[in-house]
Amino acid sequence: MQNRIEQMFEKLRTEKKAAFIAYVCSGDPDTERSLEVMHALARAGVDLIETGVPFSDPVADGIANQMAASRALNSGASVKKTLATIKRFREKSEIPIVLFTYLNPIYSYGFKRFHEDAAAAGADGILNLDLPPDEEEINEELLQANMLLNIRIIAPNTPAERIAKIVKSGAGFIYYISREGVTGERSELASGISRQVTDIKSHTSLPVVVGFGISTPEHSAAVAGMADGVVVGSAIVNTVAKHSLSADLADRVYNFVKPLVDATKSV
Amino acid sequence: MSNITPHPQPDALGHFGTYGGMFVPETLMAALTELAAEYERAKQDPLFKEELDFMLREYVGRPTPLTFAERWSEELGGARIYLKREDLLHTGAHKINNAMGQILLAKRLGKDRIIAETGAGQHGVATATVCARFGFKCVIYMGEVDMERQALNVARMRFLGAEVCAVTAGQRTLKEAVNEAMRDWVTNVGTTHYILGSALGSHPYPMMVRDFQRVIGEEARRQILEREQRLPDYLVACVGGGSNAIGLFHPFLDDKSVKMLGVEAGGRGIRRGEHAARFEGGKLGVLQGTKTWLLADDDGQIELTHSVSAGLDYAAVGPEHAFLKDIGRTEYSYATDAEALEAFQEVSLIEGIIPALETAHGLAGVRKLAPELGKDGLIICNFSGRGDKDVAQAAKAIFGEDVFG
Ligand SMILES: Cc1ncc(COP(=O)(O)O)c(C=O)c1O
Repeated sequence: MQNRIEQMFEKLRTEKKAAFIAYVCSGDPDTERSLEVMHALARAGVDLIETGVPFSDPVADGIANQMAASRALNSGASVKKTLATIKRFREKSEIPIVLFTYLNPIYSYGFKRFHEDAAAAGADGILNLDLPPDEEEINEELLQANMLLNIRIIAPNTPAERIAKIVKSGAGFIYYISREGVTGERSELASGISRQVTDIKSHTSLPVVVGFGISTPEHSAAVAGMADGVVVGSAIVNTVAKHSLSADLADRVYNFVKPLVDATKSV
Repeated sequence: MSNITPHPQPDALGHFGTYGGMFVPETLMAALTELAAEYERAKQDPLFKEELDFMLREYVGRPTPLTFAERWSEELGGARIYLKREDLLHTGAHKINNAMGQILLAKRLGKDRIIAETGAGQHGVATATVCARFGFKCVIYMGEVDMERQALNVARMRFLGAEVCAVTAGQRTLKEAVNEAMRDWVTNVGTTHYILGSALGSHPYPMMVRDFQRVIGEEARRQILEREQRLPDYLVACVGGGSNAIGLFHPFLDDKSVKMLGVEAGGRGIRRGEHAARFEGGKLGVLQGTKTWLLADDDGQIELTHSVSAGLDYAAVGPEHAFLKDIGRTEYSYATDAEALEAFQEVSLIEGIIPALETAHGLAGVRKLAPELGKDGLIICNFSGRGDKDVAQAAKAIFGEDVFG
């Protein structure tokens, strides 16, 4: 059976459209409202949700995602609760889900058990920010876990030989980080995205999506013209933060994300 | 595993047994690979070694004495105790051995901007110093709590031209400073070299920092053989990330008769959030680039730590220590805040040498060990740094006085 991620990209390929991918931190601002936010993203038409597993020391994240993780942890978030929330989301939606995580919480949960439980809850892929394929390949413990698709990351400074190696063990799609830096909103798009995406595509037939620093409908439309998908994270997380105390949080998120989705689909 | 030699070099990804490795975001992989390769080239280059040796001798102040602590040995009534006097180095601690090595490497890498984290401020001062000496831009990340308790070192870094960035996340100590330095590095990786201050983090740091600190043990081994015509029974050192300890231990690893004791920070006692004794209350995990023993809760979230000494107040231990402990080559214990302060006072009063609070943890370990070993015993303790930076804090703890009003 094909994974939800693969089905989604196949459908978009025939429609000649780019995917819109939304990142939110699980448990932000709390479990219930984080589920509402996921449903709001579904209503707005996102093609895939990246769910952040909150971690105390997120070294690859800028201030927006750091604060989201800390709000989530303060409200009692845990790996178990993240999986339980995905399970509840799955009762109503078939939108593919990728877990965006650091290694330690997963390692502590048990890598293999995490893959099994996450897949059973309805997650489709995993993107491990501090687990390069080099480490995974030589680690028995990590290799046994294969229930989720391994989403691989490529950075602007990843050398060509390394790109060729990384994409081999990837599945679902390749995530191209468009700039050297941590996650966060930026006013301008990074340069060289189009060339880099073409480069990566010369090594793989997997779809290539672009993230880090994309925050506006204009950015989204521009990137949709160069890649198979657009990832927006911090800008959505900031919207959650701004309205985390409002009763209409879900509507606020919907109103922010809908134009991003529309812009992505306008290309 | 059957073919373990006592001190293997790590594999290509920096694994010591199952510990260590390169658990970092992809954006850092290229820089770390470049750093590892350049370090290998530098090691083979006689000119690099010559320049480093010259700078260590003429600027840093090596070799340091191995001082016989005659009165303290007598007072404790047991083993003869020698102190390896890293406190006498320029800037006042062992940290500059590593900072000097890495700045020469940064020159070779063609980077013009240096970043570093610091806890006690000794690594920050050492880094700011070598940056001033070689004309590099320097940015130091330091937790807000540490900036307050090591205010003297903050001022020193500023005199030396470094920009000191206060880190306000989490518990605002060393771990958060490392996070922030890693974020800076991810962002400015093209122009910047990160001088990590302990035998921690991703490969090649644990190996490279160890190699730059090995000079401590090499000198001490030569000196003790000259003075006592024999090897010591025990080496003792405090363990934060583990750089001063591994620097002393490593050259003795083949000397089977020499035992080694690392002393961690027991804080207010081994209870969650009250200490930084990773081997005592910790478990296996991955943090800031390396797989090692660390303090985390059941969900894998890193736990709060506490120590009176900022340099030991950190949730993870260097991976080579975890490996050496597993194969039974090294042992670890801990000293509480109170025990460290007692040792701080005793050695100040009896030997006329005021230790750093980090160092005082190693001394507290010696206080227990020396009587157990008896009169025939021989101990070398790494006197990793001097206590000037801790004057305000120690005065408060010991006399209940605010010396600076
Ligand atoms: C004097 C002194 N000793 C020891 C340490 C602990 O570090 P390490 O375990 O890397 O030697 C520090 C750290 O700041 C220090 O300043």
